[in-house]
Amino acid sequence: MFDVEKIRDDFPILSKTIYGNPLVYLDNAATSQKPRQVIDALVDYYENYNANVHRGVHTLSMEATDKFEDAREKVSTFINSESSDLVVWTRNASESLNLIAYSWGEANVHEGDEILLTPMEHHSNLVPWQELARRKNAVIKFIPMRGNGTLDMDKVDELITERTVLVSAVHMSNALGTINPVRELGEKAHQQGAKFLVDGAQSVPHMPTNVQELDCDFLVFSGHKMLGPTGIGVLYVKRDILNTMEPFLTGGEMVLDVSYQEASWADLPMKFEAGTPNIADSIGLGSAVDYLNSLGMENVRTHEKNLTTYALNRFKKADLDGMDLFGPDDPEIRGGVFSFNTVDVHPHDLGTFLDRKGIAVRTGHHCAMPLVRSLGVAATVRASFYLYNTEREVDILVDGVTEALRYFRDGSE
Amino acid sequence: MDQNNIDDIYRDRVILDHCRNPRNTSLLDHFDLTGDAINPFCGDEVHFQIGLRGENLIERIQFSGDGCAINMASGSLLSEAVTGLTVKEATQLSIRFVESMRKPIGENAEGEFIGELSALISVKNFPVRVKCALLAWSALEDALSKNKSTIEPDSLPM
Ligand SMILES: Cc1ncc(COP(=O)(O)O)c(C=O)c1O
Repeated sequence: MFDVEKIRDDFPILSKTIYGNPLVYLDNAATSQKPRQVIDALVDYYENYNANVHRGVHTLSMEATDKFEDAREKVSTFINSESSDLVVWTRNASESLNLIAYSWGEANVHEGDEILLTPMEHHSNLVPWQELARRKNAVIKFIPMRGNGTLDMDKVDELITERTVLVSAVHMSNALGTINPVRELGEKAHQQGAKFLVDGAQSVPHMPTNVQELDCDFLVFSGHKMLGPTGIGVLYVKRDILNTMEPFLTGGEMVLDVSYQEASWADLPMKFEAGTPNIADSIGLGSAVDYLNSLGMENVRTHEKNLTTYALNRFKKADLDGMDLFGPDDPEIRGGVFSFNTVDVHPHDLGTFLDRKGIAVRTGHHCAMPLVRSLGVAATVRASFYLYNTEREVDILVDGVTEALRYFRDGSE
Repeated sequence: MDQNNIDDIYRDRVILDHCRNPRNTSLLDHFDLTGDAINPFCGDEVHFQIGLRGENLIERIQFSGDGCAINMASGSLLSEAVTGLTVKEATQLSIRFVESMRKPIGENAEGEFIGELSALISVKNFPVRVKCALLAWSALEDALSKNKSTIEPDSLPM
């Protein structure tokens, strides 16, 4: 049963007031709030079994190691990975992407090779490839986008050539909400022998994920956008590729045997986890996965699809003068992200106005500067929903925007 | 003060008025100094052109920019405040203003700023927006620091 009011009770922060108004938290694409269960898991670790993992025979260390590996197992099952040793802990999606660019990219991308991206990538799935391409004299290409913020899939076949070594795409755009046809992209990439990477930072928190069905070679995501703590992220890589990859960071914990001259590497996944890992937050992420499983990811997606449909209708009905809402208007291919611009009222002013009403939205370029610029604006206002948001909150948002526009335009509230 | 009142920031509507009808925005044919500032986080920008009388007196100052109400109002209010000042006086005003904006709320002396400039002080109720109010002043500092250099109109960043 998906009972949003009951779910809200699990999130202590949602009962906060901001300037005397109930908090309406609509900045979930930046980071999600955390349920009591996740916060408790962190406290439990620090209070009851804080110890380093994989070293030491004492009781606490063994318990910490079990819970830490247990969390990896949970994440592995959550994305339907064949095995948990293909799940590498990182700090966040950005670090996962850098790991791929350095470890896999350095060895496999050569002069003249092509990397195909979408124009709606977050900076973290753009800049590492730009840097790699610069080091290697490789070429970056982009799939064109249609006016409604969807990819022009008709152009993909001609863009993927025998020089293409990697196709990397965001599953759900953090700036537009667009859900991209990643399965189809992956098929096309593989037909030409290119590897396929999915940036799941915005999709894994909001819909069921199945890496075997997606048939992606790499998947990256962050724990903090899916009810987990900050500082813990995930990299999934197919076994035959992960086996060939050299470590990104070296040092303790990732070695098998070390002499004064050289070292050999530990088995997967520890080969990629130098140093003491983020134990507490991995366990916290494991607890977040438990929480999401208890709701059911299909139900999460359905709830958000309903909210998206409701919000699209509300915005359409409000028919706000001079307001441009970006992204596709079909809830089947759109997540709960509403990015918009108002011709004469600056996003910052709108954001400040809404904040005074307790509504937390993001303003700016959402780490997708080239995309936001291509929309012809310097910044947008973005409201992004999650499983605990309600239709009532959509109403508060639409009313808030309506009021704000009136205030800044004719000075009457 | 009503905690909910958005007028805390866009106080007395001075800021809104200056944002909707910014003063001193027609570009000059002849000018002596230019200054620019950009906030990379939000893309806001401000450009100033200053025409001097003699080597020192700010006779005319015009600005162009793109950004939020506070940024635009700050540029407009600033341009009015420094017209007729010497370069030295304008520099001092700028230093004083920036200091005041950075002081904790409540530590500003009564009447620290005369006239409409004081409207900008209210932006301090919103710490994240203080940089919006300061952008124009960075552009002014940029212009004043170039005193004596003569700039060709063609080189103006638009
Ligand atoms: C689509 C997408 N990719 C990558 C990232 C980067 O995530 P992180 O900042 O946690 O590394 C984000 C976060 O904003 C995102 O929305």
